[in-house]
Amino acid sequence: MAQATFQIWRGEHGDGQFVDFRTEVSEGMVVLDAVHQIQATQATDLAVRWNCKAGKCGSCSAEINGTPKLMCMTRLDQLDLTEPVTIEPMRSFPHARDLVTDVSWNFRVKPQIRPFTPRAPDAADGTWRMEQEDVNRVQEFRKCIECFLCQDVCHVLRDHHLHDEFVGPRYLVYAAALEMHPLDVLDRRGELRLAHGIGYCNITKCCTTVCPEGIQITDNAIIPLKERVMDHAFDPVVKLYGLITGKIAGP
Amino acid sequence: MQEFQTLDHDVIVIGAGGAGLRAAIEAAAHGVSVGLVCKSLLGKAHTVMAEGGIAAALANVDERDGWEVHVTDTLRGGQYVNNWRMAELHAKEAPARVRELEAWGAVFDRTPDGRILQRNFGGHRYPRLAHVGDRTGLEMIRTLQDHGVHQGIDVHMEVTVLALYQREGRVCGALAYDRERGRFRLFRAKAIVLATGGIGRAYTITSNSWEYTGDGHALAYHAGAALQDMEFVQFHPTGMVWPPSVRGILVTEGVRGEGGILVNSQGRRFMFDDIPENYRAQTADTPEEGWRYVLGDKEARRPAELLTRDHVARCIVREVREGRGSPHGGVFLDIAWIKERIPNAADHIKKKLPSMYHQFKQLADIDITKEPMEVGPTTHYVMGGVRVDGDTQMSTVPGLFAAGEVAAGLHGANRLGGNSLSDLVVFGKRAGEFAARFAKEHTALEPDQGEVNQTAREALAPFDRPAGENPYQVQHALQVMMQDLVGIVRREEEMARAVDGLETLRQRANRAGVTGNREYNPGWHTALDLPNLLTVSEAVARSAIERKESRGGHFRDDYPEKDAAWGSFNLLVQRRPDGGMAVRREPVVGVTDELTRLVEKYK
Repeated sequence: MAQATFQIWRGEHGDGQFVDFRTEVSEGMVVLDAVHQIQATQATDLAVRWNCKAGKCGSCSAEINGTPKLMCMTRLDQLDLTEPVTIEPMRSFPHARDLVTDVSWNFRVKPQIRPFTPRAPDAADGTWRMEQEDVNRVQEFRKCIECFLCQDVCHVLRDHHLHDEFVGPRYLVYAAALEMHPLDVLDRRGELRLAHGIGYCNITKCCTTVCPEGIQITDNAIIPLKERVMDHAFDPVVKLYGLITGKIAGP
Repeated sequence: MQEFQTLDHDVIVIGAGGAGLRAAIEAAAHGVSVGLVCKSLLGKAHTVMAEGGIAAALANVDERDGWEVHVTDTLRGGQYVNNWRMAELHAKEAPARVRELEAWGAVFDRTPDGRILQRNFGGHRYPRLAHVGDRTGLEMIRTLQDHGVHQGIDVHMEVTVLALYQREGRVCGALAYDRERGRFRLFRAKAIVLATGGIGRAYTITSNSWEYTGDGHALAYHAGAALQDMEFVQFHPTGMVWPPSVRGILVTEGVRGEGGILVNSQGRRFMFDDIPENYRAQTADTPEEGWRYVLGDKEARRPAELLTRDHVARCIVREVREGRGSPHGGVFLDIAWIKERIPNAADHIKKKLPSMYHQFKQLADIDITKEPMEVGPTTHYVMGGVRVDGDTQMSTVPGLFAAGEVAAGLHGANRLGGNSLSDLVVFGKRAGEFAARFAKEHTALEPDQGEVNQTAREALAPFDRPAGENPYQVQHALQVMMQDLVGIVRREEEMARAVDGLETLRQRANRAGVTGNREYNPGWHTALDLPNLLTVSEAVARSAIERKESRGGHFRDDYPEKDAAWGSFNLLVQRRPDGGMAVRREPVVGVTDELTRLVEKYK
């Protein structure tokens, strides 16, 4: 049976190095299979986070040959196995151990975005009416499996470390799903500009490129959100209203 | 002597899938402090993999539907050994739980008049499954998660519970370790809700993730609670079979709900060759009638592919055994054929089954809009679990509750597709409510320090044996044995061998050793999962030996017929004082005249 070499990042809390492992490769294998094989036979304490192994839970994010991907959906026959395959943890988050990173920041960001707040029900029985074509857009955003690959690749977070000022593409998609939800009545445009830092995104589309769910993060979520935020912030009527009433205009 | 971080909550919920999240939300709504403990990151639990939909008699697509029909479908699917009270509550409350999800932000697919759309599924008389394409579980868990993070619940992510403690005859706490650092946490609580899911990792071919090691079942069992119906394991008829690395990954029943057909190597729709008596009146006579049903013709009856999962799985096994299987040991599931019947079939398939399209394209190089899939049975669900009171979800141990897959009763001998997601929210809510009430009525008690220290010592023992048994190999041996000897088709002597084999594996597990340190060490985690897998496997094997008939998910080659006498009993498993496992019979619970009349009416 064919063999391949995997260079897997091993270490703790940022200290580490690539370690070479050779293992057998069989038909249809994905990177996560190789990692599991190595774990079961050569390195029982090799740390890797995973769950469903079917591309649905978004746990096994890593950087494979330098590209952020889900290990469970990356087939070996799509990689060049004549060279060693490198597997390393997501680099935008604090390192925990081996392939595992501390992604808890993401879980702290979400509650900062105000939750779904529906209008009063449309029907006497407490239910709503929504057309399929009105929910298609939101359903695209709700496909997100929270793998955080978009957060990993976003240069605002990865290179500039602006975690305190910018929520990242995942949470802009989350905010877009709320803002464009046909039933939601809140207006989050003010905080998107000021607290969540939407202006930092300069639409390089790296997030869209790595999204395993194929969500058009930049075109369908972030750009329309930016437009809404700008319309709101620089709307002359809003400004005038602010001047007259003494309330701060815009966000 | 170990140092523990000690945390106090009124209620702790173990497991953060649909049931655990819903329980935590409900308990918090009752004004008690809630800790939610989960093995994975929040939102990654197995609920995320549920595909087809959530069953609720909303009657949005067919106005003839109602709780009366839903409860009888559930009982028929479960072959009448369900907890009838749970089946009743489930059918009555599921619609409200689905609407509540919408109120919390879930975006289900819509009917033309803007209501929640419902689809066909096996064993459901009318289109009943609210859904979002084929990613309904993701929609549900994300909705509960996004709602839950604003309810003041303390979430303990990547924390595994090792043992439960009792004082004065009720639960009072649990010891756990955090996976990232390997440090112990002692939770003190007045009530505990188990929502840990299933046991699928006891088998080689499974649709379940690594988390499904029967933790809640084992925790309850060791706390003295009764388990029930452990012989009833659901093998979902359609898992992927090729390539080998994806074997077992689920292919949603929604494929058949949308018109997908099962054919053997001779091109025959074999499901029409074997229609069980109790479903004959509800099943189409011809493929033509079945297709009209898929299109929504209310006069037509369901195609034979939408018979219950237990039956479809056995038919597939038969086709393969008799040499009519597909090249890789399954049968063909074809949705592409609908292009003969409807325009834009490829787009329709991609819209209704996007994950399936994606999954086959990416993992198997198959375009399901053009070619058939190869599928075969995969371990999917355990109907058995912790015996609970139908109304409160409390186990036989005071203060210990269970909801979702870890609890038994709702599904009887076989679960209908779509009834799991509704189970999670209906009984998750109930468990949360009654756990909160229990907590309010009781004081906190201190777990016995000696017992806690004992748990911690045992948990660390694998580090003293760096040259011990490889825990992955013990787990693998267990999976292979259960697959071979206590799988879809069962025989007395094979299962007896399994019981002996489990004893040998237990000795190996006791010698399991790990290297490295306590920080995020999967070898250690696997070693700690082994005792739970062994406990649930023994419960499955012993119950399966005891039930000398075939019913639902339990098929005995040596007793291939259903035996009416067995139809009024459940099997219970409980720990004897000497540590051995006792199996006993108890009469089926919750049968009422009203329900009996309904069963007769909707025959």
